[in-house]
Amino acid sequence: MDALYGKTLDELKVIAADAGLPAFAAKQIAVWLYHSEVDSIDAMTNISKTGREKLAKQYTIGLTPNSGVQESTDGTKKYLFSYGIRRTIEAAYIPDEGRSTLCVSSQVGCKMGCLFCMTGKQGFQAHLTSNEILNQIRSLPEKSILTNVVYMGMGEPFDNLENVLKSSEILTASWGYGWSPKRITVSTIGIIPAMEEFLNKSQCHLAVSLHTPFEEERRQLMPVNHVYPLHEVIQTIKKHDWTHQRRVSFEYIMFKGVNDDARHINELSRILHGLKCRVNLIRFHPIPDSPLTSSSENTIQEFKEKLNAKGILTTIRASRGQDIDAACGLLSTKELLRKES
Amino acid sequence: MILAEKMSLKTCKVFENSEVAPSVYYLKTERTSDFIPGQMIRLTENIKTPPRLYSIASGIHDDYFGIIYSVVKGGKLTPLLSGLKPGDKVFCSSAFGSFTDPAKETIWIATGTGIAPFLSMVLSGLHSGKTLIRGARQESDFYFDEIFKLKLKDKYIRCCSSGELQNSYHGRVTQYLWDHEADKKSKYMLCGSAEMVVDSRDILINKGVSFTQIISEIYF
Repeated sequence: MDALYGKTLDELKVIAADAGLPAFAAKQIAVWLYHSEVDSIDAMTNISKTGREKLAKQYTIGLTPNSGVQESTDGTKKYLFSYGIRRTIEAAYIPDEGRSTLCVSSQVGCKMGCLFCMTGKQGFQAHLTSNEILNQIRSLPEKSILTNVVYMGMGEPFDNLENVLKSSEILTASWGYGWSPKRITVSTIGIIPAMEEFLNKSQCHLAVSLHTPFEEERRQLMPVNHVYPLHEVIQTIKKHDWTHQRRVSFEYIMFKGVNDDARHINELSRILHGLKCRVNLIRFHPIPDSPLTSSSENTIQEFKEKLNAKGILTTIRASRGQDIDAACGLLSTKELLRKES
Repeated sequence: MILAEKMSLKTCKVFENSEVAPSVYYLKTERTSDFIPGQMIRLTENIKTPPRLYSIASGIHDDYFGIIYSVVKGGKLTPLLSGLKPGDKVFCSSAFGSFTDPAKETIWIATGTGIAPFLSMVLSGLHSGKTLIRGARQESDFYFDEIFKLKLKDKYIRCCSSGELQNSYHGRVTQYLWDHEADKKSKYMLCGSAEMVVDSRDILINKGVSFTQIISEIYF
């Protein structure tokens, strides 16, 4: 049976009409799903009994509890969700001073094959539906204290744009959770057509995985650069208006001897010149069999200071959950291997 | 949905659409631009269906674009493509992308329709100094086999995972890589499913090939 949870208002209108319900019932169902957060169709008491019975013949609410959790001493928790055979994904809950962020997955596995990514080693299994994306939030024990959601977990969100847009619409619409889009960040490796579509249809923040300002180096780290080269990604972003509240940031994992010298600082400041943005430096969390290692603390600190001195707002992301399987995809890959053995 | 009408695609006539292996087709269409072997195009059957990316699988001197696609059951585009007849229309972009091979010596690794960019290179005469390690399940999946045999001779290594093909390595491409010494000086180009590309890259790195010598093309 199909799930009601994760449906947009437009989809609920079609469902309501098919069930012979009045047009306004769609909004009533949305309110039950996303405001009241009921866990049964029968609890939607302002829908007629016959209507509820008709809905229940074809639909469930469709919630899935987590299937496991790893907890770090710093409070970070990694939740596993199983959506069927070979369909295990993870969501990372990251509490911090004054904010609690959930990092959600958008795909099971990933097709992009980035050299530094654990999720890519699983290959690609499936796109998550908007139900499966939102369920990571809805079924989170800490949901009531969440302040931010970032689409930076497993998968490339813009390879599953339809469901990412649906889920972010439900998070931000008045009939949905009514969150400000400024509480949501969607991360991409730079799939340009989908990124343009997202920028036109959503007001959520954008984060772009950059990792080196040089095309040839980026091709070695990220195969997508053959298709969508960095200069075209930056050009597309620069065409957009970032002078208001919406933000664009660039993720930059620091790899020792690969992307962490003065050439990179100079080229980064050149390509980002004139763009109101932030660069987030990230320590590399080691993954098995990787030829890459993280830059030293000194190098990262120096890199930050030099970029800031060149007028590029640069921060270092705090490493969290180092005592659990911190690298994205590591926990779910282990779970996948455990199930297969 | 990202629609073709927003992507400046050109209307192109279909010249030929033939099944080269079970559920795998070679489509020839009007050419929209010059290209470098290894580049790709966006293509769709109608402007309401989002286009997909296809590596060009024809030579630079051919007056058409050739692409190879396998029909995905329940897919939005490939079932439509498989019904195309000569004279029908498709919508194509110009060529783009940088999965090209200017090196003197390269080892190409491909599975499935990932053979397309290397077919384009061979058909364009860019096969000197190249070795192709190609993986497929059964004999019928080695489409365009004769072209590679003719041009690459003993530099064409077929890995047949069902083990039914004579004069081939019996096993997957990844097993072949494990079983053989890696040439640490050559450049490597990988094209195929994300899983094959990631696994092959890991094996090569494990055998001492620098990641800077490996470039990969992925399907998405």
